[in-house]
Amino acid sequence: MDELDRHIINDLQGGFPVSERPFLDAAARLNTTESELITRIRCMLDDGLLTRFGPLFHAERMGGALSLCAMKVPKERFDEVAEQVNSFPEVAHNYQREHAMNMWFVLATETAAQLETVLGEIEACTCIKVFNLPKEEEFYVGLNLQV
Amino acid sequence: MSGLTCRCSMSEADTSQDPTCADLDRRLVLATQAGLPLHARPYHWLATELCVTPEQVMERINTMLEDGRIRRIGVLPNHYRLGYVANGMSVWDVPDEDVAEAGRQVGKLDIVSHCYQRPRYLPEWPYNLFAMVHGHSRTEVMDKVADVAQMLGERVRAHEILFSTRILKKSGMRIGG
Repeated sequence: MDELDRHIINDLQGGFPVSERPFLDAAARLNTTESELITRIRCMLDDGLLTRFGPLFHAERMGGALSLCAMKVPKERFDEVAEQVNSFPEVAHNYQREHAMNMWFVLATETAAQLETVLGEIEACTCIKVFNLPKEEEFYVGLNLQV
Repeated sequence: MSGLTCRCSMSEADTSQDPTCADLDRRLVLATQAGLPLHARPYHWLATELCVTPEQVMERINTMLEDGRIRRIGVLPNHYRLGYVANGMSVWDVPDEDVAEAGRQVGKLDIVSHCYQRPRYLPEWPYNLFAMVHGHSRTEVMDKVADVAQMLGERVRAHEILFSTRILKKSGMRIGG
């Protein structure tokens, strides 16, 4: 990762232009060329330095439903339950955390009703209560990590 | 060119109700949720894919940016790969009457990526404010959470940090096809 890569990461987390030649317009801001910018983004995606490049959608405003869910999974069943939970395509990500509530996952569905259905299915499939923790208020979403 | 027109683009009406726009918006989401094509003219490339004009694509994307359906367009860094390997979910029990102000203060901090109010489940789960804190080490995250605790002062009845120990799944959001 060199100076230009850092510059791209720091300055292109938002504001990518909507225009005929957006890479050309963005490259001008970053003091590079259109083709170099495309190449750098592709390389950083391939290397895993970038998770993705493109529009970041607001699930609820798209009409979808999103919730953070937590479970207290007995240690001896953890891997089995992780596999059961992950098998639901509606589970977008899932983290093990150090706490009695040790499994935390995000459910994303196209409608609120589907969210309830999937929650019920996960409980039925694992025989473990799912704590549904939908956001009631959003104070901030974003991350402007500087490198 | 395709005969598909986006009627709502010509009016101030509520565009979300227009079936033509809603359909195009949905197809745009499907076409870009894995990312924007790395072509010199990415919106033109999408237009060809979706059999609409580049102007329609750009108009719909601008509309979604304006109404907040698209938060932003850009690169999403992998914070683990950038050295932010410690990720602590800080959870706070703050009186309901203080949570909005506390959330606004915590959400302003650079090291916080998400800050939400969520429901409690008493007695198992007393926490109503969540803030994801990122750092280069657990110590750094703990120091930052201590700063947050000091800032919130007596409004904090209890707080904890839940460190992640394993990513079990990370597929990103997807809507069906």
